[in-house]
Amino acid sequence: MLNRDQIAQRIAQEVQDGWYVNLGIGIPTLVANYVRDDISVEFQSENGILGMGPFPFDGEEDADLINAGKQTITALPGAAIFDSATSFAMIRGRHIQLTVLGAMEVAQNGDIANWKIPGKLVKGMGGAMDLVASADNIIVAMNHTNRKGDSKILEQCTLPLTGVGCVKKVVTNMAVLEVLGDGFRLLERAPGVSVEDIQKATAGRLVVKGDIPEIIL
Amino acid sequence: MNKIYANAREAIAGIESGMTLMLGGFGLCGIPENSIAALADTDINNLTCISNNAGVDDFGLGLLLQSRQIRKMIASYVGENAEFERQMLSGELEVDLIPQGSLAERCRAGGAGIPAFFTPAGFGTEVAEGKEVREFNGKPHILESALTADFAIVKAWKGDKHGNLIYKGTARNFNPVMAMAGKITIAEVEELVEPGELDPNFVHTPGVFVQRIFQGAKFEKRIEQRTVRERT
Repeated sequence: MLNRDQIAQRIAQEVQDGWYVNLGIGIPTLVANYVRDDISVEFQSENGILGMGPFPFDGEEDADLINAGKQTITALPGAAIFDSATSFAMIRGRHIQLTVLGAMEVAQNGDIANWKIPGKLVKGMGGAMDLVASADNIIVAMNHTNRKGDSKILEQCTLPLTGVGCVKKVVTNMAVLEVLGDGFRLLERAPGVSVEDIQKATAGRLVVKGDIPEIIL
Repeated sequence: MNKIYANAREAIAGIESGMTLMLGGFGLCGIPENSIAALADTDINNLTCISNNAGVDDFGLGLLLQSRQIRKMIASYVGENAEFERQMLSGELEVDLIPQGSLAERCRAGGAGIPAFFTPAGFGTEVAEGKEVREFNGKPHILESALTADFAIVKAWKGDKHGNLIYKGTARNFNPVMAMAGKITIAEVEELVEPGELDPNFVHTPGVFVQRIFQGAKFEKRIEQRTVRERT
């Protein structure tokens, strides 16, 4: 099984030179730590910065410089700052090449749910609905099952949707999956995890063709 | 016309119960904290507040929630406020959650004289319920209407007596678009400077959008998630 950092590390392998990337809160934020340093990638945070750098050194935090998770950050040389409407013009206008975000559920038709549990938890969608509605390339980073052990990889979402038919790829602690529309194609499995284990933890239709290689980090 | 006000208390004069307010900021970053504190000192209530977030329990808009001055909240993310969640789940507080990009664009549209626009955000979700859907370039979009407010309250780094504003860092966020959408826009600034001190090439909000300006007495600028790395 992969841990949070290893999920992020696997997703970082998908990032290409010249891309502008938006990372969601949680595991997605960790992706920035693992992008190869021989390629040039700029991270966008939807509260209004391109060229987001690492966390500041202790004592150098600036209340006026945060990311979308409200964490203190730094701006790299060449960074740009802008207002929220401009930020979402970049997102909606498809100027951002990759969006990585977490989810409560993903369905085999590409639907995603990650903002609300009716009657229990309502935090709001933040920028997630705008991001998933417009991004060409959406990767979901999450655990394969929830705390109760139920699959989060479903035939159909049960929670209120964030977006429809938008997720392209899912990287979990167990596997790398491609969203086919009518199922999930198993691309890679985590070290020590068998195809049978993944099958058992997947409620949606799993498509397995040939030998499934282990994830290489 | 004099736009300069002595303090927050004078700048918010005219705000009445039942009005709609826009308040800039993202999380606690770039919020008009002096104006919010001044509002908390009044009996004004039944407010509709449009703001990306709702503050935390004891700072920012959380203060106005504690004192039950807000009737309705229009926001995109409210996860950091336990009192908010309590009032919402109990039905005391009316809440309209909308996608962050749609919120920003609805404010911008309100200020720019565009009554409505189509966006793909929220199609196929609860957000689309009751809204017109139209296909453009083979993709479904929903109709979102512009937002305006009786008063917009924004926070900037520097401003002058003409109302020209410059923001600092990511404290810019919603402030420029909300400044455009207020019938009356109040700007609280860290530094009120003389005309000419702001380079016109770097003005973010032109003074035409701002009717009132004052220098805040003090800025706490609370940090919500202090995250640092070790020196190696």
